Amino acid sequence: MSAAEDTPVARRLRSVKQIIIVCSGKGGVGKSSVSTQLALSLRASSPTARVGILDVDLTGPSIPRMLGLDGHPVHQSSDGWVPVYADGSEARLACMSVGFLLKKKEDSVVWRGPKKNAMIRQFLSDVRWGELDYLVIDTPPGTSDEHLSLVEHMAPVHDRLSAVIVTTPQAVALLDAMKCLSFTRATSIPVLGLIENMSGYVCPCCGEVSNVFSTGGGAEMARSEGLTFLGSLPVDTELVTLLDAAEAERPGEAAALPEGGSRRSFDLLERYEKTPTAPLFKSIVDRILERLSSGPHGQTQLNQAA
Amino acid sequence: MIALQQATPAPDPLSVPANAPEHCPGTESELAGKADACAGCANQEICASGQARGPDPALPLVRERMSSVKRKILVLSGKGGVGKSTFTAQLGWAFAADEQVQTGIMDVDICGPSIPTILGIASEQVHASSSGWSPVYVQDNLGVMSVGFMLPSSKDAIMWRGPKKNGLISQFLKDVDWGDLDYLIVDTPPGTSDEHLSIVQYLKESGIDGAVVITTPQEVALQDVRREIDFCRKVGIRVLGLVENMSGFVCPNCKNESQIFKPSTGGGRRLAEDMNIEFLGAVPLDPRIGKSADYGVSFLDEYPDSPASIAYLDIIDKIKKQLGDA
Ligand SMILES: Nc1ncnc2c1ncn2[C@@H]1O[C@H](COP(=O)(O)OP(=O)(O)OP(=O)(O)O)[C@@H](O)[C@H]1O
Ligand SMILES: Nc1ncnc2c1ncn2[C@@H]1O[C@H](COP(=O)(O)OP(=O)(O)OP(=O)(O)O)[C@@H](O)[C@H]1O
Ligand code: SF4
Ligand code: SF4
Ligand SMILES: [Mg+2]
Ligand SMILES: [Mg+2]
Repeated sequence: MSAAEDTPVARRLRSVKQIIIVCSGKGGVGKSSVSTQLALSLRASSPTARVGILDVDLTGPSIPRMLGLDGHPVHQSSDGWVPVYADGSEARLACMSVGFLLKKKEDSVVWRGPKKNAMIRQFLSDVRWGELDYLVIDTPPGTSDEHLSLVEHMAPVHDRLSAVIVTTPQAVALLDAMKCLSFTRATSIPVLGLIENMSGYVCPCCGEVSNVFSTGGGAEMARSEGLTFLGSLPVDTELVTLLDAAEAERPGEAAALPEGGSRRSFDLLERYEKTPTAPLFKSIVDRILERLSSGPHGQTQLNQAA
Repeated sequence: MIALQQATPAPDPLSVPANAPEHCPGTESELAGKADACAGCANQEICASGQARGPDPALPLVRERMSSVKRKILVLSGKGGVGKSTFTAQLGWAFAADEQVQTGIMDVDICGPSIPTILGIASEQVHASSSGWSPVYVQDNLGVMSVGFMLPSSKDAIMWRGPKKNGLISQFLKDVDWGDLDYLIVDTPPGTSDEHLSIVQYLKESGIDGAVVITTPQEVALQDVRREIDFCRKVGIRVLGLVENMSGFVCPNCKNESQIFKPSTGGGRRLAEDMNIEFLGAVPLDPRIGKSADYGVSFLDEYPDSPASIAYLDIIDKIKKQLGDA
């Protein structure tokens, strides 16, 4: 398909500069938490940066919870769906997820492929993102309908597409990360790099690092596959507590404010910056930005040849 | 601006065939075969003729095969990476510890099959014979089927949409020569998707004895698990109980316990109470479980006295009780 092709998706995403897909193959390795952190960090990377986060995990959406936006409504305007802004009227962190469309949070979304495909097309073509510097896309585990639909509908904007692969150190996770890499190669999506998540655990009592899930496999895989190793993130209990919205038990904390966002989503960034992971993630984002500015598409050829 | 509502009521998920278009009203609906969406659908004729639920030709074959399987158990969780595959493997090993008990494990995670690695049989291939595909045997009484045995290289990604996955699952159920089994344990992928619908559709007639639902303690996992339990209820699968995995980390040095994944909203126990299902128990986070899985050895055999093994065995006893087998 030619890059100039004019589809509703192409028109809608015309003013989006970079699209970053976060994927893994394996479930539970931290795609959603990495997507959340990536969006927060990219937003913080410049005072004017505008970031969108699209959650295409249709049967297990986690982004609303992680951003403190559980239960917020999506509004329909004459120009499409208005995303939920985590930072209210500042409107620099826009979010869209099927989680916002469910009536009750226990409702299961049991959809076969064609329905998922339609939902994803709608997310890509009907959300009024406006101008965005970055659109981060959180994906479900696997390489199936959601992923194929994403790639298919985004064919017209393929030249702005890149991927970050997340893994954990265990062999079972690396195996699936490899499959995910094969997927990006088959669909010619340049890979910005690999992140090893939950690598080692720093004990809160004595500071000793124990390898809850072993460690090092990610860097090894990056080396043998010719990928950029973006960095490893340790198991961070403060991070889980923050993203899990533990304190959101306080009534009203996650409730939608009139100007958008919630009290929780507002101070999320500030609180995130105090976690042990934040400085580590910052260097990951620096590497990502560097890769983006040097043109990931130029380098994929290298990756693919490796 | 108006808040968005969900459009039409969702059709019964079980009555939407895998090859139906996106707005299929469901084969049991009044509109089956007549809705706008039906134009061009391969099933239109059957649906319109009113003999609703044009039976899938695979169904009688599945029923035939499954007639020699006593118990069929699903291992589920909406959330990824909570330990479904690891638990499936322990359950298989524990059942098969009794030489008299014939056990089968079927891995329907088509995009991310972990079962061959965890059971230490990743390099095996499936063999076809006149009586069907033969499972790969871990030991005499523990047979396994997974798409992992069919890939030329473990690096290969299976990039399939629903209908193809559905086709493979029906083959796993009708073409695999399981023989007589006391237990067939089915490991599922995360989410509630095609694989889940297919397995439930195909096994509906033969009967699923129940599902074991796995979670981890944190709310991000619990919210997906609530959806999974809702799914089980919608499609009429009995939930045998809930297992909380990775609850608490016992340091190998000082035996001090810390919570890595904090049960900020009450964890699995509270969820089980809220949703009125049995809480089967909690398995601590133990790095040796991950290592055993990576090396393909049985954790229960390697570390029989560890708190995690004791927890596993206790949970497995409760599952047997729920099934009426203890
Ligand atoms: N570095 C980390 N340290 C500790 N916990 C983490 C870390 N990264 C993620 N987690 C926690 O692990 C759990 C799984 O992470 P997450 O939901 O991001 O994974 P996922 O890959 O998106 O899962 P799924 O496949 O179900 O979509 C979450 O509770 C998350 O808070
Ligand atoms: N109690 C435990 N302690 C430590 N590690 C564990 C424990 N349970 C599972 N693991 C490890 O966690 C990882 C995820 O487990 P597993 O693959 O069984 O999850 P899953 O739910 O099947 O994942 P997926 O959703 O991708 O299919 C594996 O590396 C496994 O070895
Ligand atoms: S030995 Fe150190 S690392 Fe382990 S729990 Fe005790 S204090 Fe923490
Ligand atoms: S013809 Fe039958 S299967 Fe096809 S869309 Fe209509 S109701 Fe669904
Ligand atoms: Mg996720
Ligand atoms: Mg699994």
